[in-house]
Amino acid sequence: MATVSLHNIRKTFGETDVIKGVDLDIADRDFTVFVGPSGCGKSTLLRLIAGLEDITSGTLQIDGQDVGDMPPAERGLAMVFQTYALYPHMTVADNMAFSLRLAGVSKQERQAKVRDAARILQLDQLLNRKPKELSGGQRQRVAIGRAIVRSPKVFLFDEPLSNLDAALRVQMRLELTRLHERLDATMIYVTHDQVEAMTMADRIVVLQAGRIEQVGSPLELYHHPRNIFVAGFIGSPKMNFFPSEVTAAGGPTTTVTLPGGGTVAVPVEGGHLRPRDKVTVGVRPEHLICGDDGQLKGEVLVVERLGGGTFLHIEVAGGEQIVVQASGDNPARTHDRIAIQVAGETCHLFDETGKAVPRAQRHPLADAKRGGRSDG
Amino acid sequence: MTKQHQDKLMITGLAWFVAVVIFFPLFWMLLTGFKTETEAVTTPPSLFFAPTLENYEEVMRRADYFKFAWNSIFISGVATLVSLMLAVPAAYAMAFFPTKRTKSTLLWMLSTKMLPPVGVLMPIFLLFRDMGLQDTQIGLIIVYALMNLPIVVWMLYTFFKEVPREILEAGRMDGALPKDELYHLLVPLSLPGIASTALLSIILCWNEAFWSLFLTTSDATPLTAFIASFSSPQGLFWAKLSAASTMAIAPILVFGWMSQKQLVRGLTFGAVK
Ligand SMILES: Nc1ncnc2c1ncn2[C@@H]1O[C@H](COP(=O)(O)OP(=O)(O)OP(=O)(O)O)[C@@H](O)[C@H]1O
Ligand SMILES: [Mg+2]
Repeated sequence: MATVSLHNIRKTFGETDVIKGVDLDIADRDFTVFVGPSGCGKSTLLRLIAGLEDITSGTLQIDGQDVGDMPPAERGLAMVFQTYALYPHMTVADNMAFSLRLAGVSKQERQAKVRDAARILQLDQLLNRKPKELSGGQRQRVAIGRAIVRSPKVFLFDEPLSNLDAALRVQMRLELTRLHERLDATMIYVTHDQVEAMTMADRIVVLQAGRIEQVGSPLELYHHPRNIFVAGFIGSPKMNFFPSEVTAAGGPTTTVTLPGGGTVAVPVEGGHLRPRDKVTVGVRPEHLICGDDGQLKGEVLVVERLGGGTFLHIEVAGGEQIVVQASGDNPARTHDRIAIQVAGETCHLFDETGKAVPRAQRHPLADAKRGGRSDG
Repeated sequence: MTKQHQDKLMITGLAWFVAVVIFFPLFWMLLTGFKTETEAVTTPPSLFFAPTLENYEEVMRRADYFKFAWNSIFISGVATLVSLMLAVPAAYAMAFFPTKRTKSTLLWMLSTKMLPPVGVLMPIFLLFRDMGLQDTQIGLIIVYALMNLPIVVWMLYTFFKEVPREILEAGRMDGALPKDELYHLLVPLSLPGIASTALLSIILCWNEAFWSLFLTTSDATPLTAFIASFSSPQGLFWAKLSAASTMAIAPILVFGWMSQKQLVRGLTFGAVK
């Protein structure tokens, strides 16, 4: 059992507010991912939970117990750092056993625990090496092993994969997901890689400038972003946005203009919208369809072929640039003029303050747990 | 001959020149120690002469060399230990828990080294008299340890700064208290730096003459006082003084020579990585 709850947590460094009041409840055994642009305070928030920074104000509870004034080790957490932070003068085995040694655990028990962790992480053969004799991936495993042997209530990860090359990153991502299932522990994971966030998280916490923008399952954030920031941050390539105006409102759909004079009827709960209201329309590249006919027309500027898919960068009327994700065998070429269909069900509307207008239909997967895992 | 080759030759030549200029007085002292008193003062000085050990015999007869040497060893060693014991926690705090004033504190500490020692001669003399520290090893140890403390803190601070803070933070997550962080992580990780700091401190203590001459008379006198005791206002003493000086600096010279790798590495800080 390990829940973590933050109530109105603030952190200032000297004069600068870095964390500006964060409320968050993390459920037992959840894999929670903090994402956000660089400098938004992800690491700081994690370090506050870890106890490596002092909380300026607010309460932090782990398993219902106030831990704000507790030293890191007593909070029952383990942390994996981006730089691994292995002890360079100790062997792999000693690195992993260090916390146990400090806690006065007997040598036998220490060895047994290190062996167990080494087996899980396939480090059996490397126990007598020093960190400098290991590859990046192996070092990362040792850092994770060091966390595992402590059997912590909560695992904290600060961008643990960002120093690895792309292939290794994918592999370690899978290993971490499997590890989470195997250990069934609460994990908090910081990343700025949204693929990691989408694939690993039970819940994603999107941060911006020291505040939480939205908390939800990956698909909830994808299908029901609460505001323009989250809509633009989650998903790759980024969602397309157009300035627009409401032409008809009040029914089950709200009709809005598109660049070039077309319109689209979007199924949203737009009760408060009136014709002539200024709104922003958002639609993801993968939801736009190229065809002979469509509400949007434009000129292809750049074609990026990835094999399985093609990204078309298109300039539409009014000078707006948008991205369309088409199939891998789309024949479009630079300077072609093409038409794009915009389906109302795939569009998002944002009011003038950037807040999303709730979509009429909740996506069926938005509330499901990752990988179809059942609750409990 | 290429340009590069020429440059290298010039630099080598220059290095030799500097080395000779620095080494020459030592060499001359060594030679003089083996001359008779009259030979030592003849002009032009003789380069070839029948070497004699009579100065060394005389020096050994007149003073108990080993007592002085032991005082030097003991005082330098313990003073270095004391300043390390004070400086390691201080530098740890400054390097990893800096406050707004850490930088200025460091500068201020170093600036105390710019004060001429004569300036505090009287107060220290009075303190020593009243506390019964005159002519005691402990007295010199206190003065030496405090005298070198700024440099020792400063050097350790620089070495500690090179240890990634995440390593200590990882230790803290693993349950390390500050003393564990120091003992299990920081000290082993910066051992080369600590060693060269200790070496420098030992050398500075060994060569210190001002305080040792003022604060000791017989019981706690180190080798610097031993040398001084062979200069006299009248009569010929150059050869004996040279012999005594050679005996005084020989141990630290050998010590320094054996550890020069360590010293150079430490003194160039992070400049050469
Ligand atoms: N010790 C510190 N003193 C002063 N400011 C700090 C300190 N640590 C962090 N900050 C500031 O707090 C803000 C948030 O930093 P933080 O490291 O939490 O960002 P981050 O979201 O982890 O970014 P990144 O993705 O680049 O790692 C930054 O503007 C940073 O400059
Ligand atoms: Mg960070």
